[in-house]
This record gives sequence, C-alpha cells and structure tokens, in this order.
Amino acid sequence: MPFIRAFVVGGLICCVGQALIMNTKLTNARILVIFVVSGVLLTAVGLYKPLVDFAGAGATVPLTGFGYSLAMGAIEGVNRYGLIGAFVGGVTRTAAGITAAVVFGLINALLFKPHMKT
Amino acid sequence: MSRQPYTAARYRQLVADVTPSSRMLRGYVRAFWVGGAICTLGQFISLWAEKLNLGEITNPMFTTSVLIFLGTTLTGLGVYDRIGKYAGAGSAIPVTGFANSVAAPAIEFQREGAVTGVGARLFTLAGPVLAYGIASSVLVGVIYWIVRGWLL
Repeated sequence: MPFIRAFVVGGLICCVGQALIMNTKLTNARILVIFVVSGVLLTAVGLYKPLVDFAGAGATVPLTGFGYSLAMGAIEGVNRYGLIGAFVGGVTRTAAGITAAVVFGLINALLFKPHMKT
Repeated sequence: MSRQPYTAARYRQLVADVTPSSRMLRGYVRAFWVGGAICTLGQFISLWAEKLNLGEITNPMFTTSVLIFLGTTLTGLGVYDRIGKYAGAGSAIPVTGFANSVAAPAIEFQREGAVTGVGARLFTLAGPVLAYGIASSVLVGVIYWIVRGWLL
C-alpha cells in the first residue's frame, strides 16, 4: 500500500528532525541545511534511491528528497553533458520547486499582511 | 540507592525525571503523524499527476510545486505557523516547511520595502539551503565525473 509506506517513511524522517530539535541546540536553518546535504550525500552513495522506490512521496517530500533531486540531476547532467552537466543538472531538476517557492512566496508577501506573533 | 523517605521534594524530583521523556514522546508522535500526513498528501497529488500524463521527472516537479503552493498559502493565512507550533519537525522537514521558510520572512519584513524587505528576505532560510544543497550536488557531480573517467 503506497500511501501507508509514504506515511510511515515520511513520518520517520520527520522524527529524525524532531530528534535534532529536541536533543541538540541546532537552529532551524542548520537542521534544514543538514537535511538537504544529507539527501545529496545519501543519494551519491546509492542509499536514497531505494528509499524513494520504496516510499515514493514519503522519501521525496521531506527536504532530504530535495537533496535527492539535486544529486540525481547532477549525476544525470554529467551523463548527458560531461563535466558542465554537474553544474546544469541539479538545478534543472529542482527548477520547478525553487521557482514555485520564490513565485508563490512573493505573491503571498504581496497579498497577506504580517500576522501577530504570539 | 539508599532508602530515602518519599518526601514531597523527592516526589517532585521523580516527577521531573519522568516528565521530559513523556514530553519528548509527544513531540515524536506529533512530528511523525503530521510529517507522515503531509507525505501521504504528496502521494495523493502524485497519483493525480499520473492522470495528467506527466512523465517520471515532471510528476515529482508537479507534486512539489503543488505542495509548495499549499505551504506558502497556509503561511500567508497564518495557519502554517500554528501547525508548526504543534508538529515541530513534522511540518518543518517536508517541502511545505521549506515553502513556509521562504514565505514567512518575506511577509514579516514587508515594511522594509519590496526589494530589501520582501525580495531579500525570501532567501533568509532558502539561501543557506540552496547554497549548500547546490554546492554539494555539484561536488557529487564532479566526483562522479572523475570516477567515471577512471572507470571508462
């Protein structure tokens, strides 16, 4: 059942993040960076692709999945274009996500007023 | 352990020893189910994307974009921060949390102007994530290129 696999694997990956929040003094920004870079490195050594095949969105939706896309893109880029492909592939594959975040983030800042922090 | 009488002070100490672990368990449970639910939503969206005949590479792009749209919109409505308080990493680690980290500071610093306020603050958290993510992926690509050159 793909939905249950996505739920369990995605939940467990978030629990790793929760462990970092509760047991270390790392800032949120550092934790996000650690997750993306971990995704890149785990993909590079071949460990993350099997997890994506198993859990689908459970592995691609957490930020480690962003790192997975970057690394897969860079490797495909090298296969297709040679050395310059290392500079082309990663962002090509993640272009939609990066652009969506920038454009929708911008639109939101134009539409919404700041909320009171409690 | 020596036999200590169960004084009020010792009882309080016992309670204090046990409480953090149950608080931690609650943190894990919340992160697990909210994070899992967001990923399950992603799985639904990618199933929907399959019906739109998107390819193996464009399907995850579509799924990510829809989730990011939801993340930024819920941030604008002030809902995502409330989810974040409840779920911790459960809402921060999925890509919707990345969207939140882009939209939230941009909205918050509107008063500093469209360029140095909104434009720059969009990348308060996204900047480091993109910088180290992209740099490490280029490193992986270059190493792959070198290793492949040796092997072939």
